[in-house]
Amino acid sequence: MFKPINLTPMQKLTLRFVVVGLIYFGFVVVEGMLMRIYEITPVAFIKQTQFFAIMTAHPLVGIFGSTYSLVCGAFLFLVPFLMKKPLYSFKLANRTFILITAGTFIFWAAGFISHYAPMYTLYWPLPADLSQFNPVGGAIFILGIALVMLGTVFFIINVFGTITYTPPGWDKQPAGALLASAIGYSGAENLFRKKENRKEHLVSLPVAAIARGTVDMTFNTLVILFTGVLILVYMVAAILGFDLKETAIDALLYKNWFWWGLDLIADGLVLIFVAGTWYLLATLITGKPLFMQNIARAALLLELVVSWTVWSHHLLSDQAQPGILKVISGEFVTAFELITQGLAFFITLVTLWSARPLKMTNELKFLLGGLLGFALAVPAGIMQADVGLNRILHNTQWVVGPHVHVAVLIGLTMTLYAAVYLLFPILTNGAKLYSQKLANIHFWCHLVGGIGMGAFMGMAGLQGMLRRSLYVEGEFKIYMILAGICGGLILIGFLAFFLNIVMSVGLQGVIGIFRPSKLDPKVLLPAQ
Amino acid sequence: MVDSTMVLKGQTIAYTLYCIVIILLLVWFGLRITKGKSKLIKPAFFYTWMVFLTVLGVSLHIITYNTIPWSPMDLNRGDYVPDKIFKITVEDHKFILPSDKMVINCNDIVLFDVTSNDLTYGFGVFRQDNSMMFQMQVLPGHRNDILWHFNKAGLYTIRSTEYSGPKGTNMIEKDAIEVTGCEELAEQ
Repeated sequence: MFKPINLTPMQKLTLRFVVVGLIYFGFVVVEGMLMRIYEITPVAFIKQTQFFAIMTAHPLVGIFGSTYSLVCGAFLFLVPFLMKKPLYSFKLANRTFILITAGTFIFWAAGFISHYAPMYTLYWPLPADLSQFNPVGGAIFILGIALVMLGTVFFIINVFGTITYTPPGWDKQPAGALLASAIGYSGAENLFRKKENRKEHLVSLPVAAIARGTVDMTFNTLVILFTGVLILVYMVAAILGFDLKETAIDALLYKNWFWWGLDLIADGLVLIFVAGTWYLLATLITGKPLFMQNIARAALLLELVVSWTVWSHHLLSDQAQPGILKVISGEFVTAFELITQGLAFFITLVTLWSARPLKMTNELKFLLGGLLGFALAVPAGIMQADVGLNRILHNTQWVVGPHVHVAVLIGLTMTLYAAVYLLFPILTNGAKLYSQKLANIHFWCHLVGGIGMGAFMGMAGLQGMLRRSLYVEGEFKIYMILAGICGGLILIGFLAFFLNIVMSVGLQGVIGIFRPSKLDPKVLLPAQ
Repeated sequence: MVDSTMVLKGQTIAYTLYCIVIILLLVWFGLRITKGKSKLIKPAFFYTWMVFLTVLGVSLHIITYNTIPWSPMDLNRGDYVPDKIFKITVEDHKFILPSDKMVINCNDIVLFDVTSNDLTYGFGVFRQDNSMMFQMQVLPGHRNDILWHFNKAGLYTIRSTEYSGPKGTNMIEKDAIEVTGCEELAEQ
């Protein structure tokens, strides 16, 4: 029986992140379905401007409201859990929760109310056309994003603080050595040492993965904050009656800058965090050490370097972009993601295989789903990151279908669901899942729906259907209907999951999660 | 002659086969993981896999560079002398074309030089069946040019391939390009 009164503040905070993350995932699924319906036939109750406003907010609510909430919640719990020491600052963690929750709501509402929709999905174009959008709505939108970024800064401080600090009453911790282990320096050194001379890792591999993903998160946050300020200058100028659209900012330079920063989410942070979560899940499910652990650490370090130099694959169709950047950064460095993610895929599968026979638990099932998602989505991305193929794939539904949606919905989200199923009994002091049938419905609907939606979008893309565009003469209707049916399956899966969680903890339990805990915030789990 | 229709067909077949194989592999893994006994896996398997991934990642681009005809032409377009040049301007969500219909002779190599006077747009050429022949981004303040070799007769439509706000959806110039003199017709 779930009793929220027995939860520690850290358990409650993590559960709050999970609840908010799931609510925002619900937003994303409903918005996605509204857009699917509109792509099939432009229904009267949605205006065209509203459609594009939803399209602008949709990926941001998904990434910041849902994924960041789940990731921050899980990692703020897991880093102290795995390091066996209290979190650096519970107050900062609480602020991260409030800022991400409120910031997401603000930018979502700004889009919903003001129809602010200038984005090329995640790419904020400059020069901007403010004649189509309300600059006040835009300024509020940017404010929401800035709050999320501030919450992210607090998360970053907390992760590195927890790894390196010395809790009161403890012996002095070797902060420098811990940091070197966390970012992979000592792991890389071990590769060049004889077996008997190798140093012990001070930080476990999942914590190292979290730390390395957090390095990318730092750069990404700085780029988005800076860009937000830059866009805000345009908004404020427009509000004051000045149009800056023909001035100072070079469109190509800006595009390079923005994609460099944004790709640190897509190609660095996601792949590194996901690989780290796979390793954690594989070791917790099997109870065995990770296969080829030193190589896995080195691959994470390599991925960090790759993620800093990979951005140019977004500019393969920009003719002014230097050819050398297209070939080296856009094609060949990007191909390294096939290698780093392929190695993480292999290491995880072999670690699981080495512990046969395993029980097919929910976490194992969803982990396999997550592995499949990236196995499908990464090669789709590598194909479009080719000078020749990009000429006929760029900005088509191929990019958002088999690559983005399959990577995010199947690869990333199913990995996060695996973590949620694994952490659920730990965070709830042993609460039982209400229904295994509902968990199975969740799994199959999400898996089939996500892959199916990506596949039908991809088929439309290969036949010329653009993303962020509307086809009012029914040119690709059959694919959009099939993608819509698959989207419906995802919605059913989500409702099954949500119902299962609510029934497991009870409505009173959900409310209890949001009530303050009387236990010590330094204690991670209650004494048994 | 390899054209974008053939490349897309090849890609569809290759990716579909890959998807079937990887899905079956994971299904097999999921079925077998609950049975049998634990076994040590030799590191040699891992290193073989690593070499395979490296070869695969690099060879994809070498193969496409040598088989997709527009790849080398695109990267070295300064070395080509176009048979025709069309200068196009984009402003206020409208394509301003040099003439109502741009007529191209079969097997001409054509340079499209597109300038934006305000926002970032896209420039894509589409067949009658809506499939894409090629596209590029159109950035203000920069030269946006693309060379293309036309070898199938027919009418082609220009469409912006980059989102520039809701107005961008209507940036379509239907049948703006006509290719004449080829025996083979473009997909209808």
